[in-house]
Amino acid sequence: MKSLTSQIFARALGKEKVEAGELVVVKVDKVMMHDITGPIVLDVIESLKVDEIRNPSLVYIFLDHYSPPPNIEAANIHGRLRDFANKFKIENFFEINEGICHQVMCEGPVKPGEIIIGANSHTTTYGALASFSTGVGSSEAAYAIVSGELWFRVPEPFYIELEGALPNYASGKDVILHILSKIGVEGALYKAMEFSGPGLKSLKVADRLTISNMSVEGGAKNAIFPLDDITIKYFNDLGINLNLKQLEYLKPVDPYNPNMRVNLNVIEPMIAKPPSPADAVPVSYAEGIGVDVGFIGSCTGGRYEDLFIAAKILKGRKLSRGVRLIIIPASKRVYGEALENGLIKIFYDAGAIIGPPSCGPCFGGHLGVVGDNETVITSSNRNFKGRMGSPNASVYLASPATVVASTLEGVIADPRKYLGAKEVIV
Amino acid sequence: MKFKEIIKGTAIKLGDNIDTDAIIPSKYLVSISPRELGKHAFEGVDPTLPNKIREGDILVAGRNFGCGSSREHAVLAITGAGIKAVIAESFARIFYRNAINRGLLVIEIPGIKDEVKEGDIITINLGESTVTLPTGKKLKFKQFPIEIMKIMKAGGLLEYLKEEKRKH
Repeated sequence: MKSLTSQIFARALGKEKVEAGELVVVKVDKVMMHDITGPIVLDVIESLKVDEIRNPSLVYIFLDHYSPPPNIEAANIHGRLRDFANKFKIENFFEINEGICHQVMCEGPVKPGEIIIGANSHTTTYGALASFSTGVGSSEAAYAIVSGELWFRVPEPFYIELEGALPNYASGKDVILHILSKIGVEGALYKAMEFSGPGLKSLKVADRLTISNMSVEGGAKNAIFPLDDITIKYFNDLGINLNLKQLEYLKPVDPYNPNMRVNLNVIEPMIAKPPSPADAVPVSYAEGIGVDVGFIGSCTGGRYEDLFIAAKILKGRKLSRGVRLIIIPASKRVYGEALENGLIKIFYDAGAIIGPPSCGPCFGGHLGVVGDNETVITSSNRNFKGRMGSPNASVYLASPATVVASTLEGVIADPRKYLGAKEVIV
Repeated sequence: MKFKEIIKGTAIKLGDNIDTDAIIPSKYLVSISPRELGKHAFEGVDPTLPNKIREGDILVAGRNFGCGSSREHAVLAITGAGIKAVIAESFARIFYRNAINRGLLVIEIPGIKDEVKEGDIITINLGESTVTLPTGKKLKFKQFPIEIMKIMKAGGLLEYLKEEKRKH
């Protein structure tokens, strides 16, 4: 069987097939950068003394990590990126109100079968939409912007077969934390995670985006889902009609000798203990640990589905005394939907604070930096030492449902009791 | 940073899974100057490390060095601190590419952590693809592919591109 990833590369090269391990040079369809990695991209392009970018429509620039700017340096970075976009006629420029790069890229720009790179490790997210996408450094993003192409080593596949169906109390976050707990932080190093199996039918695009996003925490180069009815409907809802005839090769196939099998029926709410996303256990192993702050947001926990389940649990309830909950929609679009459907009011009533669509405190820059000895439970994707602020803080990763349940109780808590879950089927 | 065939330096030892947040904490990312970033290199691992690191030191680390965020600032912080080479049991993917593109020598040697002690003077020989320990013992590493060698010899991707531009 040919992996989806190798088939995307083969098409890009106009070849019948390419083998894993082959070094190939291919044209890239999109190059993404943001306000942390962008300034280095600009430095490289400027020192090459390039007068024009041949294909400015290739380039996507986001102001999301420092939005709105927390200090003068960040404001100056934004100014520099704006000037660059104007000078080189880059139309895909996303201002501080638009939201997180990975979410916005998946609200229209990314199409199945494309080859996309981004100067951000979580660029793996777009594999959820049946594309090849991976993170690169700023120099390589600059190289690709100037030349329109980049070299890749075609990755070996790491097939994951999904069985069963995901219960209502579990989400994509729980699935990927489960996978990481089994394979470790290097388990998929340099490899292409490829998902298949009957369990796909129970995974919404929101779940898949989070799974592909955090595949990089297991070292993966990319993580791709096939193009199925769920993806097609997702694009239709965005008003995008895909040319399905040309995308036939991305359709689901029967699982082939998987490297790993995951039974979704038994996925429990999971929690990753500090300081590693792979140090994940079922939430029952951490229940009762006191929490100071909860965060719902980021490119793995700030989508509409994440806010929806948070609101479902928070409705009519109040945060535990002394506990803070920061909620940040992942994009302007998500924010708009949450406003229209009354979610924001529910958050307000519960005592949460709402931030502007952006990366928020996930990377420890602003909008909720954590202090010494504080314990945070977050729906974001990294819990490395010092990631969200103080190196003496403890950061636990979990699904939005688990985050909210924990902020209601003031201790790490199982969300199942708030979601009317029946006894777990094991 | 231009490449030398032979690099000799004092080993500074680090553990497994040193992530890029630990190499350069996010609060410093508003700068892109290697000198400035270098002042804070590895502050996230141990706040006393930036003062301990001397120009020309060689880092010896465990598995999965450079995991996490794609920030090229991590490589700039290391080169800015005057470090010429990192030897590790294994590297995370994006960091490895960033290092090559920025002229930082990255060498993978499984088992290196047990062979080298903190403060050992070690010698890297690129021509013969070896690392020599104070005992005289030589450890081999895999030779770099020609394409990668060209980028490294130029001192990084940018310098390589400039050279290529001059040729055409």
